[in-house]
Amino acid sequence: MTDSIIRVEDLGKTFRSGSSLSLGKPADEVRAVDGCSFSVNHGETLALVGESGCGKSTLGRLLLRLIDPTAGKIFFENTELTHLPAGRMRDMRRHLQMIFQDPYGSLSPRRTVAQIIAEPLDVFGIVRSRRERRDRVADLMNQVGLSPSFMDRHPRQFSGGQRQRIGIARAIAVDPSFIVADEPVSALDVSVQAQIINLMQDLQRQKNFSFLFIAHDLAVVRHIADRVAVMYLGRIVEIGPKKQIYGMPQHPYTQALLSAAPEPDPDRKARRIILEGDVPSPKRVPSGCSFHTRCPIRQDICSVERPPLREVATGQLAACHFANPFPIPVAKAVPVVPA
Amino acid sequence: MTVATEHSQLPAPSLAPEPKALSRLAYALFSRPSTIFALAVVLIFVTVAVFAPFLAPYDPLAQSILKINRLPSAANWLGTDQFGRDVLSRMIYGSRNSLIFGLVSPVLAAICGTILGVVAGYFGGVVDRIISRVVDLLLAFPELLLAIMIAAVLGGGFWNVIAVITVAFVPGFARVARASTLAVKQEPYIEAAIAVGVRTPVIIFRHVIPNIAAPIVVLMTLWVASAIRLEASLSFLGIGTQPPNPSWGNIIRDGLNNLFGSPWPIIGAGFAITCVVLSFNLLGDVVRDVLDPEISE
Amino acid sequence: MTVPLLKVDNLAVEFGPKANPIRVVDGVSFEIPPAGAVGIVGESGSGKSITSLSILRLISEPPGRIVQGRIEFNGVNLLDLPRSEMPDIRGRDIAMIFQEPMSSLNPVMTIGDQIGEAIKLHEDMPGEKRRERVIEMLRLVGIPDPAGRLDSYPHQFSGGMRQRVMIAMALVCNPKLLIADEPTTALDVTIQAQVLDLMHKLRRTLNTAVLLISHDLGVIADVCERVVVMYAGRVVEEADIRSIFRNPQHPYTRGLLQSIPKLDDDRDRLYQIPGSVPLAGSVKKGCPFYQRCSLRIDKCAQEMPPMFSFGPDQRAACWVTAGQADAKAKEVAL
Repeated sequence: MTDSIIRVEDLGKTFRSGSSLSLGKPADEVRAVDGCSFSVNHGETLALVGESGCGKSTLGRLLLRLIDPTAGKIFFENTELTHLPAGRMRDMRRHLQMIFQDPYGSLSPRRTVAQIIAEPLDVFGIVRSRRERRDRVADLMNQVGLSPSFMDRHPRQFSGGQRQRIGIARAIAVDPSFIVADEPVSALDVSVQAQIINLMQDLQRQKNFSFLFIAHDLAVVRHIADRVAVMYLGRIVEIGPKKQIYGMPQHPYTQALLSAAPEPDPDRKARRIILEGDVPSPKRVPSGCSFHTRCPIRQDICSVERPPLREVATGQLAACHFANPFPIPVAKAVPVVPA
Repeated sequence: MTVATEHSQLPAPSLAPEPKALSRLAYALFSRPSTIFALAVVLIFVTVAVFAPFLAPYDPLAQSILKINRLPSAANWLGTDQFGRDVLSRMIYGSRNSLIFGLVSPVLAAICGTILGVVAGYFGGVVDRIISRVVDLLLAFPELLLAIMIAAVLGGGFWNVIAVITVAFVPGFARVARASTLAVKQEPYIEAAIAVGVRTPVIIFRHVIPNIAAPIVVLMTLWVASAIRLEASLSFLGIGTQPPNPSWGNIIRDGLNNLFGSPWPIIGAGFAITCVVLSFNLLGDVVRDVLDPEISE
Repeated sequence: MTVPLLKVDNLAVEFGPKANPIRVVDGVSFEIPPAGAVGIVGESGSGKSITSLSILRLISEPPGRIVQGRIEFNGVNLLDLPRSEMPDIRGRDIAMIFQEPMSSLNPVMTIGDQIGEAIKLHEDMPGEKRRERVIEMLRLVGIPDPAGRLDSYPHQFSGGMRQRVMIAMALVCNPKLLIADEPTTALDVTIQAQVLDLMHKLRRTLNTAVLLISHDLGVIADVCERVVVMYAGRVVEEADIRSIFRNPQHPYTRGLLQSIPKLDDDRDRLYQIPGSVPLAGSVKKGCPFYQRCSLRIDKCAQEMPPMFSFGPDQRAACWVTAGQADAKAKEVAL
């Protein structure tokens, strides 16, 4: 696979809580991410969706080695990042950047906008003179729709949407080829979300970077993504091209997720698939298929055997024993229980 | 470029002009009468200390058998001590020792304590455990007891006293710095700096320390007071400033010998200590307000 | 026309010093019919939460105060009642649920006691009967094994279950109106679907009127029959749900609807409203949306438009769209 920019194999992260010194009581283990394999292609946007606690943010941070994985491998182009020493990893960050969810917390409150945006430029020695630095910052601010006259202001003077623009300017300052965006619009007002979504799309078209877009809002994801990966309890349960995931979802969880999203349209109160119960705690992941406790089409096998992620249509993989390799359109989908 | 055209249709957001840090400090200092008063007190004491030779009516060390234990008079405003030395002159010269101890030790302690605390908080793990245990051990002793123990080993003398007070204060600063660092380390902007590729020492100096400065500075001003008090206590116990050199602490100690004859040395030195301590506390609050971007808004 | 259950008329709320007040809610009027469901939609600083808190007089004074208007519940102006009578109304006649289901429950009381206390406050009921009532209520909101969970503490419930407990507590005295302030915002999509489903079911069985406050047009469309759109402390449009989504008349409503991505649209690019949401009370003169409006004319900067009527069920505050539809639109006297 030569056209992938990021590729992960069997990636996993287990958090251990509780002191190793305490005797008798085993330390708590939380499998935040478990056995994830996928790749992101050049210039592509892969969206990672799932509910809170499904591990999507952890997975995004693992890719950038902001958290170190406990299993598996990460490749960026042809370099394996997994065990890269700290210094070499820092050099790689020139190509790997991140946009954060919280437009308030992710900008250091004591630094000016110019200092924040120029930080990556300084780190990688891209600008030589103070003059050049200011010119670059002004240029970047123009690109994200901010007036350069505000470059010496502090972030607290800006609204949430403007702060998110500052965060985006910082991420694109070193022309990265891969950006992880962790819920970049979920903290913004509805009327400002569209501005930021459009901005990110425009920038991606101009600069041709690849995106890992982490989100819980399925409508936003459908708008921005090329491919979609659905996570449940640390595992990818379905992944595939956007059209197929939204048109012919194969995993019952994807189907439930899609049908649960309330549509801003009073005439489309579609029949929802209401899942029973709550998402289990990642400390106690159910046996077999981790979705079987809430699955509307579960069978005996589901609690025993974990279904592998297998191809159910071209480019579309689902981890369900009963995913149908002959896709039925979801429109008439009251999920059928196979005999 | 699509983005540029969009930008032109955005109404330019009107941002209120942002006051500079210095003018914010000036505003904070001069907008409240209490802080103007505090500033004045501190300035007066510093002036007195600097110009002591010109202000003191007598030589603070000059003894006179003829003038032992006098009550306040036109010649000796605060009276004289048991060696016939002028108490006012001794207080004026004593302000030098007291203020130096009061300012130098907290600053030194803040620097050492902050470094220890930030290192412990940022790196965690074994480093944190070692530093925290040592700090807890030191904290278990009262400051004064700790100071006496160290002084017993090192002996008296100017620099030893500074070292003693500094060591006594380091654990407190380390504690506060560590706790603040743990909180700041959770902030998304630290993760953002790591993601951008900033080196760890730069993160610590540029992103962590400025954001934990507020509590440290407040603690420092609070401990200006404690340091003057501690120096006074040490001098009172005979470990601090060595006689015949004056400091506010040993003026009080000497005054105790003749408490019922003339309480004025104790009242005078006690008043000076109280004024300075109060003033620094008030100023500390102002500095905290200015340093903390959330409050100063 | 039926007598409305709740009638809010020309409500204004101010915050800050009396000499230089910030008006965060200004001239808000709307009605809720008995057993009806009305939604208030708005972004941050639109005043939607302040409006809902004003109804129960839960605004902390100072710094806030209700400076004008009437809030009529069953024909009685709640603002005329002495403060001491408000606790009788809260919970018994009007109940409220909040966004954060964790902090709204007392962590050291069992949920059985907490729901029971709500009954004890308003009704004289013997202990055994009260217990049965609590169990019945928990069953109604879909808590499995309700008798067994009576002695559980809030932290033993998940977020979705806690919101169910909150709803049970709010509805246990059969209030006529339930105010729900962003009830599903803190919940995941699949859990949100459960709670919305529950709200539909409860409305059918208990006939409770609902005032739903949300920023999410999808949630509003799902639950409500009428919608009040608020922007910067003012009502800019008010209509039945179909008119709002099919034929919005205020440029803000139009922009908002166009800027949301939908599950079935294939637009290459989203419509965007330029600029950012103004701080509450920062617009002193003219239409609050003027700065960001694509239809603006000079008059808008000078004069706040009144509510114009666009047909029997729709009113909007815009000079321009009212002018375009002028034969039908007529000013509604406040």
